[in-house]
Amino acid sequence: MENFTPYSALIGGGLIGLSAVLFMLMHGRIAGISGIAGGLVMPVAGDWQWRLAFVLGIIAGPLVYTGLGGQLPAISFPVSTPIGLIAAGLLVGFGTRLGGGCTSGHGVCGISRLSVRSLVATGAFMFTGFATVFVIRHLIGG
Amino acid sequence: MNKLISAFVVGIIFGIGLTIAQMVNPAKVLSFLDLAGNWDPSLAFVMGGAAGVAAIGYRLVWRRPQPLFEGAFQIPTRTDLDARLIIGGGLFGIGWGIGGLCPGPALATLALGYSEGVIFVLAMFAGFGLFELYDRSRPRPAAGTA
Repeated sequence: MENFTPYSALIGGGLIGLSAVLFMLMHGRIAGISGIAGGLVMPVAGDWQWRLAFVLGIIAGPLVYTGLGGQLPAISFPVSTPIGLIAAGLLVGFGTRLGGGCTSGHGVCGISRLSVRSLVATGAFMFTGFATVFVIRHLIGG
Repeated sequence: MNKLISAFVVGIIFGIGLTIAQMVNPAKVLSFLDLAGNWDPSLAFVMGGAAGVAAIGYRLVWRRPQPLFEGAFQIPTRTDLDARLIIGGGLFGIGWGIGGLCPGPALATLALGYSEGVIFVLAMFAGFGLFELYDRSRPRPAAGTA
């Protein structure tokens, strides 16, 4: 567990939570990234601008952080082949929309509301996430 | 205009949170998902910290009659458990376990110069599009958000 970073995890997580609260205060919605970004694919008149603004904000976030003097963490992609990335992206895109949420909408916002649907969805993606890594790293790659 | 600026600023705070929490690093996310390996529990602290702040903050916000820029709160009300919820969550977890990226962190990597992040995000949006096609081909109650 030498890579365990509890303090930066709690601070970063707290900021994610703060963002979700501010979004509820101003826009009255759950800050679910898959739902917000997914709504850009078939845009509805008058309902896509705020979605795009939010997505652009997330993209700009790391740059603002470095602009304020912060240092980016190390970033590496253990799976970096196009086929792996495309398979992962398709599953994440389709799955989050089918299941009505991702780590933010179900995992953070839903659990904070004690939503049973979100608890079940989070259990589902955690379970298959753990299982997938186990298969890739310890059965196939091990 | 206020609505767009606030959405942008709230997105920036979200992106900064993902950066500080190191969730923009797929290797770190995968080390959380690798229970049988050199396990890194950090992501549980990210989700716990975020859900804790949201749990308290939401309850304060909901004392207001309505949000600042909209006429009413739009909070999911469904409580039923259906196959879409579980299968969708399960498929998402498989993709998450392959790449170590979920939607927010994937978007946050876009401006950092990694072609892997760009390829993943393009495929993710293709996945969003496939869902729209699937959803339109099967006239059933729409999957609720969260």
